Amino acid sequence: MIETIRRLGRRGCDITESLGRAGLFLAQSAVGVPSREGCMLWLRQVHFVGVMSLAIVLVSGLFIGMVLALQGYTILVDFGAEQALGQMVALSLLRELAPVVAALLFAGRAGSALTAEIGLMKATEQLTSMEMIGVDPLRRVVAPRLWAGFVSLPLLTIGFSVVGVWGGELVGVEWLGVFEGSYWGNMQASVSFLDDVGNGVIKSLVFALVVTWIAVFQGYDLIPTSEGISRATTRTVVYSSLAVLGLDFVLTALMFGELS
Amino acid sequence: MKRSKTMELGVGLFMLAGILGLVFLGLRVSGMSLAVPGETFRLEANFANIGSLKPRARVTMAGVTVGRVEAIELDTEWYDARVIMTLDGSLEGELPEDSTAAILTAGLLGEQYIGLSVGGAPDTLADGDTLRDTQSALVLEELIQQFVSSMAKE
Repeated sequence: MIETIRRLGRRGCDITESLGRAGLFLAQSAVGVPSREGCMLWLRQVHFVGVMSLAIVLVSGLFIGMVLALQGYTILVDFGAEQALGQMVALSLLRELAPVVAALLFAGRAGSALTAEIGLMKATEQLTSMEMIGVDPLRRVVAPRLWAGFVSLPLLTIGFSVVGVWGGELVGVEWLGVFEGSYWGNMQASVSFLDDVGNGVIKSLVFALVVTWIAVFQGYDLIPTSEGISRATTRTVVYSSLAVLGLDFVLTALMFGELS
Repeated sequence: MKRSKTMELGVGLFMLAGILGLVFLGLRVSGMSLAVPGETFRLEANFANIGSLKPRARVTMAGVTVGRVEAIELDTEWYDARVIMTLDGSLEGELPEDSTAAILTAGLLGEQYIGLSVGGAPDTLADGDTLRDTQSALVLEELIQQFVSSMAKE
């Protein structure tokens, strides 16, 4: 009995402690003036994290847009409202699907890779060696990855929306025969740039910060064994997916809660 | 160094594609126009019941969109709804004073919008004027109630 309470308490302390470490870690690595060399490191990470994730994000966006159009059409046609297909596809993509799905894919594609990479650096004591020769690993290894993720995910989300809307047109207009003018017209009449596109981008900025933060911190904080790396990689994907979905609800409630 | 150059190019293209995507979302999806918004003027109209009219709804004339609803507020003097509309500036000084506004519905269950029809008076409406002659929104419940009571009489 007492043993259980003790374990519970220790677990609570552990969680609080690692939260504190994560916060300090973010503060220490995100600040600091980037040097010219830092920019090069950042560029390489944007290439790895952003450009290399482009293919999976765009292909998923295309298929999600196409499925949305197909599903939406079969429902809307019952009400004789298939002209509203463009509005449905665009709003569901911009507000929800693009930020969330892109963030989930990003966590799987880039987040896990970041954790594994930094974790292996730690396990092979590269990070310790850097400290020994007077290079701050937070600045040299962590900061470029953090900033690269923060910049890449919003861009990927925008790409996702664009391709999704186009995929919706492909199915809705070209295949199912919705009139092209009403597809785009209804969309333009109902989508507001600040409220819908803007809030979607804000969402993706928040997700970008959370996902890369979790990924990089899990890599930096793991137990440097092969088992530790595999655990941390799993934790990255699980924690970031949960954080993205949970935060998405909170953000949606804040942004669109009063719109009914 | 060759590999680094292609990488820089890749990242640059990626960023450019993101910005172009944002422009596409702005212009094509949310329908913003690059042109500076033209001259507009405001008209007000009081309705007994606006139904489910929302801000940003269309204001049309003979089916042509000529403006949008800017704001809707409760007029505490008469306890009816005051709707503020912004109309295309080219109509300023053109609409007769006895023009009417009605809240119409697109389709049976569609969104509601305002339809203006011109009157015949020589005086015209200017910026900030109020439309006197208005027709409220069609509320389905009231309609059914009327129908039921008229059925009961027969």
